[in-house]
Amino acid sequence: MSGTWREEFPVREGDERYVTRRQFARFLVLTSLAMFAGNVWILAKSWLGKPARSLDMAIPGAALLPVGGSVVFDYPEPGDPCLLIRRSDHEFVAFSQKCTHLSCAVYYAKDTDQIECPCHNGSFSPRDGRVLQGPPPRPLPRVILEKRGEQLIAVGMTTESEG
Amino acid sequence: MLGSGFFIDPSRCIGCQACVGACAECESHRGHSMIHVDYVDRASSIATVPTVCMHCENPTCAQVCPADAIKQDEDGVVHSSLKPRCVACSNCVLACPFGVPNVLVQIEQMMKCDLCFDRTSAGLKPMCATVCPSQALSYVPPEEIARTRRETPVNTFVFGRQTVKTMNYMMAPAGAGRIEVDVVDYMWEADR
Repeated sequence: MSGTWREEFPVREGDERYVTRRQFARFLVLTSLAMFAGNVWILAKSWLGKPARSLDMAIPGAALLPVGGSVVFDYPEPGDPCLLIRRSDHEFVAFSQKCTHLSCAVYYAKDTDQIECPCHNGSFSPRDGRVLQGPPPRPLPRVILEKRGEQLIAVGMTTESEG
Repeated sequence: MLGSGFFIDPSRCIGCQACVGACAECESHRGHSMIHVDYVDRASSIATVPTVCMHCENPTCAQVCPADAIKQDEDGVVHSSLKPRCVACSNCVLACPFGVPNVLVQIEQMMKCDLCFDRTSAGLKPMCATVCPSQALSYVPPEEIARTRRETPVNTFVFGRQTVKTMNYMMAPAGAGRIEVDVVDYMWEADR
């Protein structure tokens, strides 16, 4: 009883090489369910996970920054880089340094007065963080700043809608 | 039970049918017994023989199945036909040299002894071996059989030109190497 068909449909379960339609359908269903559950988990995490915290933090070296200069600091957590820009003697702005496109680090270009992303030529306005050109889909999240005496304090983050 | 073998000794069978009742309690085929207990020669003897699947190394039933419905698992257990595939053609019933498979006409599926794989894989004895009062059906380590029985366990059978090697053992007279069955001769005798 040897031959091609017996090789394709062996008696021993361990020798089977073909995936049955039922196995394939089960794989599709289970994979879809796993992906759905993963998405639900991500959604639930983004809704419930992070309580809005307003953490006051002094930005070191702000007073020493020259006009047109910029400095990177971590806010609100270590590993969340933000960019502080001094636009005039009394005007400071700060934005998240992660490009809203693919999270490249953006920088302040003084000559064009834009916040630019080197990866895909996206650029943002240093006035309010809105997208000026390129692929970024959202404005840069802005750091709310307060001046208390000589110190510049970051007091929270806000995401402004575009336009 | 790891390392245990299934040993069948018809000379010990008392025909009590306890195995038949217990088999029907098995989780994998509840309500249907997969054991036959047959009288050898009802007119002249009370001798009975229990028939369970021998779980051949190269199962004839599976080889003749046109629907690829009978499968042998990694442990060597030959299972009942797969319900979605079985066409109830009875090829396996006719081909099995031991007369084990049974086609249930009502559900159009062949069902047979599966060595209670749900129990044996969890370290328990098959239902029939658990209840057999004379241990005509026993599921024990081979060393125990060698220590407690005079007979020799045999798992090679010759049916005419077909030699069948099985996972289960039949207890044969001491010293027997294999069991040869002359099927045509039996049929000739039956005719007389």
